[in-house]
Amino acid sequence: MADVIALTYEISPDDFTRAGEASSDVKSKLKQVGVSPAAVRKVAIAMYEGEINMVIHAEGGKITVEISPTEIKMILADKGPGIPDIDQAMQAGWSTAPDEVRSLGFGAGMGLPNMKKYTDEMNIETTLGVGTTITMIVKL
Amino acid sequence: MTVGELIDRDIFQVIVQGDDLSRQVTGIFCCDLLSVAMGRAPSDSAWVTVMGNVNTIAVSTLADVACVILAEGAQADEMCLARAKQQGVTLLATEEPVFEAALKIHGLIHD
Repeated sequence: MADVIALTYEISPDDFTRAGEASSDVKSKLKQVGVSPAAVRKVAIAMYEGEINMVIHAEGGKITVEISPTEIKMILADKGPGIPDIDQAMQAGWSTAPDEVRSLGFGAGMGLPNMKKYTDEMNIETTLGVGTTITMIVKL
Repeated sequence: MTVGELIDRDIFQVIVQGDDLSRQVTGIFCCDLLSVAMGRAPSDSAWVTVMGNVNTIAVSTLADVACVILAEGAQADEMCLARAKQQGVTLLATEEPVFEAALKIHGLIHD
């Protein structure tokens, strides 16, 4: 059984200044272990979008990243309000982000579509009032 | 053209000189919506935007662009500056509109 490196990050709520720190850390660690630049970019983009979503919508949460020789798996778990309509949320341009978030340059409704675009597998489990867990896999 | 050569042309104000001036600039990307830039900015591009906040730098490093140019006289706020320095991101600025700024880089790349 090949070694799996697991990394865990707590994402702070409402802190846009720190959003991206976890993704940056994963990016540099993937580079260190020799993952290809193309795969690193995919993981960085997908994870950052997820991180931003957790900051905007879900009062933070926890991200676990598992690095194996064949794939990178990201598990983003939050205790936010849940997603009422996943199909609608997956549409490019659909957004429920508040105005102050839009003024920062987010809230274009590209988060979930970007996450799907840049990963090989993506699964959303959500329960209203309980939380959302998104699992994404980038194959190496 | 490298980031260093772009700086040497002296057409943009240098706000932060990044770590890797030998990096090639192979294209240009213009967009202010960070999520769109995140998904669409090609790596090694010069990213022209008016968004000068800390998240601009996060997106620039994760999307792996070569440098960021703030157009229209847009200012980088303090956290943006601090993050650019910390991450070694080259941050340039100009009073020119986005299109004119991008056009100048285009001319330099295709000289």
